[in-house]
Amino acid sequence: MYVAVKGGERAIDAAHDWLAEERRGDLSVPELTIPQIREQMALAVNRVMAEGSLYDPDLAALAIKQARGDLIEAVFLIRAYRTTLPRFGASCPVDTAAMAVDRRVSATFKDLPGGQVLGPTFDYTHRLLDFALMAEGAPPSPIPSPQGGGEAHSGTRGATMAGQVPPSPLVGEGGGGGAPPDPVPHVTGLLDRDGLIEPAHPDEAAPRDLTREPLELPASRALRLQALARADEGFTLSLAYSTQRGYGRTHAFVGELRIGMVAVEVELPELGFAVEIGEIELTECETVNQFKGSRTEPPQFTRGYGLVMGQSERKAISMSLVDRALRWQELGEDFIGAPAQDEEFVLSHCDNIQATGFLEHIKLPHYVDFQAELELVRRLRREALAVREAAE
Amino acid sequence: MTDHAYNFAYLDEQTKRMIRRALLKALAMPGYQVPFASREMPMPYGWGTGGVQVTAACLTPDDRLKVIDQGADDTTNAVSIRRFFQRTAGVAVTEATVEATLIQTRHRIPEQPLSEGQILVYQVPIPEPLRFLEPRETETRKMHELEEYGLMHVKLYEDIARHGEIATSYAYPVKVEGRYVMDPSPIPKFDNPKLAGNPAIQLFGAGREARIHALPPYCDVVSLDFEDHPFVASKADACCDLCGSGTSYLDEVITDDRGSRMFVCSDTDYCTSRRAEGQRGRLSPEGRA
Repeated sequence: MYVAVKGGERAIDAAHDWLAEERRGDLSVPELTIPQIREQMALAVNRVMAEGSLYDPDLAALAIKQARGDLIEAVFLIRAYRTTLPRFGASCPVDTAAMAVDRRVSATFKDLPGGQVLGPTFDYTHRLLDFALMAEGAPPSPIPSPQGGGEAHSGTRGATMAGQVPPSPLVGEGGGGGAPPDPVPHVTGLLDRDGLIEPAHPDEAAPRDLTREPLELPASRALRLQALARADEGFTLSLAYSTQRGYGRTHAFVGELRIGMVAVEVELPELGFAVEIGEIELTECETVNQFKGSRTEPPQFTRGYGLVMGQSERKAISMSLVDRALRWQELGEDFIGAPAQDEEFVLSHCDNIQATGFLEHIKLPHYVDFQAELELVRRLRREALAVREAAE
Repeated sequence: MTDHAYNFAYLDEQTKRMIRRALLKALAMPGYQVPFASREMPMPYGWGTGGVQVTAACLTPDDRLKVIDQGADDTTNAVSIRRFFQRTAGVAVTEATVEATLIQTRHRIPEQPLSEGQILVYQVPIPEPLRFLEPRETETRKMHELEEYGLMHVKLYEDIARHGEIATSYAYPVKVEGRYVMDPSPIPKFDNPKLAGNPAIQLFGAGREARIHALPPYCDVVSLDFEDHPFVASKADACCDLCGSGTSYLDEVITDDRGSRMFVCSDTDYCTSRRAEGQRGRLSPEGRA
């Protein structure tokens, strides 16, 4: 005798209990702490902050722990929490020229004011598994350098690469251990002085808020950048890569990539001046793009821009390439049908929380629609077979 | 077990107000898709976030809530959404269609006719009926503005030319008050006639797509068709094997691996009520009534 499926409620409770057990894993292995995740899984924490659009390393670490390391699930936890927070106001625009840089590289100039600072990067590491890291409790071992010896990370801001092949004679001069950092002017600003790059006109209009208003197309550049800043890293990377391979080529050079802390200031109406409320880490990428001119614009370099919370340079570079590709209309270029040029395509599909939710919803019951389809297919088959038999 | 860490029904009052404004606009323009500032909810997009936001904006402490998925009260996602509102709003819940003041549904309209004062909230995955004919929102909005629905009629015509009938069995498009073509969400076309002239308020929420549309009570809703190929609300050609109903929408259940199957009402409340009245089906323990 068939009994209608019941017990969804009990199944859900049991599933949640089992999930909690699986999350903890083997009880003989010590539990991860939030500070451990925050300090030792910092790039995962950064990605969750960036795509979750909430700068809070502890909460991001908690989300990663709760999500068993599934970063999109962790982003989702942060987004759902973030949306409940009251808005006290908007900060002043952060001044990335005043960033205390940990890393700053330009691919367009060998040397430049502020210097090249390689910083704590995986670049030039040999991707060899470091089995020493498996020895628990040992002091941190340096990542082996090409010379073999390898300097331990000095721990000071703007650590230099003594012992490594310097990409420029002035490596590290911009940083300086302990001294207040000098302002590091933007490369694009230097190009702008000579009129070689398109001017970046400040937009005085208050940007719309993607999280508080429905997205309507066409979107302004500010809104596009807002969407890209929280977009899925993988999706943005693949789109950017597609432009490099020829689907909407934009000939990008990394004019500058910088990572460091910037002050966040708010203007309090009662005071009449801006007050610093904290610091956040940002990754900023400005690409300089070859441009031979169009019907409406003279030959000059053009800009692509990427800004991401935390240390996320893959994402920042990707973002700046996609930003540039999306600007075809404004610069009078041709639309060649490349996905990265297509604003509606990019903005409608770049959010991983939307994407994963909709993708995974097909796990939900669809008995009713499927039943309707079953009947339709059976009926159509019956008719088609009848027609065939009649023909024979 | 109301959770006091959050506002009544989870959303803050400003957000509810924003949604209510969109709902009023949607009711004033039946079938028109109103953009709204959809929030990130603590459940995934595609799992009813639009319906949940609409329900949250409509709920009052005196409401009695019913949540169904595929017509059933005990499917996992229905259970999950009902619990969400028990936890965040502490409202009374019910499985009885007649007792509910607000019903959130996915993919079905209850068999029991609704009455004035009831609200039916639909979860909507893709609100745009023209989406699979033209993927660009910028284009489809224009088509709605200009009442340019030729593409849809061509699609339906091509179905007939190819298959001898309109090969759409759910999410069957309708025209509302002679103006907007609307997607009624993926309900089986069997349910389409219940959309029209319904005394209840029908609200449609699409969270991921950030759109709300609505049908006010007693609204004129016509399923698209042709004079020589009229719309037919179809269902499995069988009766419920548990309650014997010959008029309710049926789920087909495979009972073994040798091709045996049975049919049961997709609307669990309807089926349970009929059995409580003594109605019997082919496979009822006590046999046919």
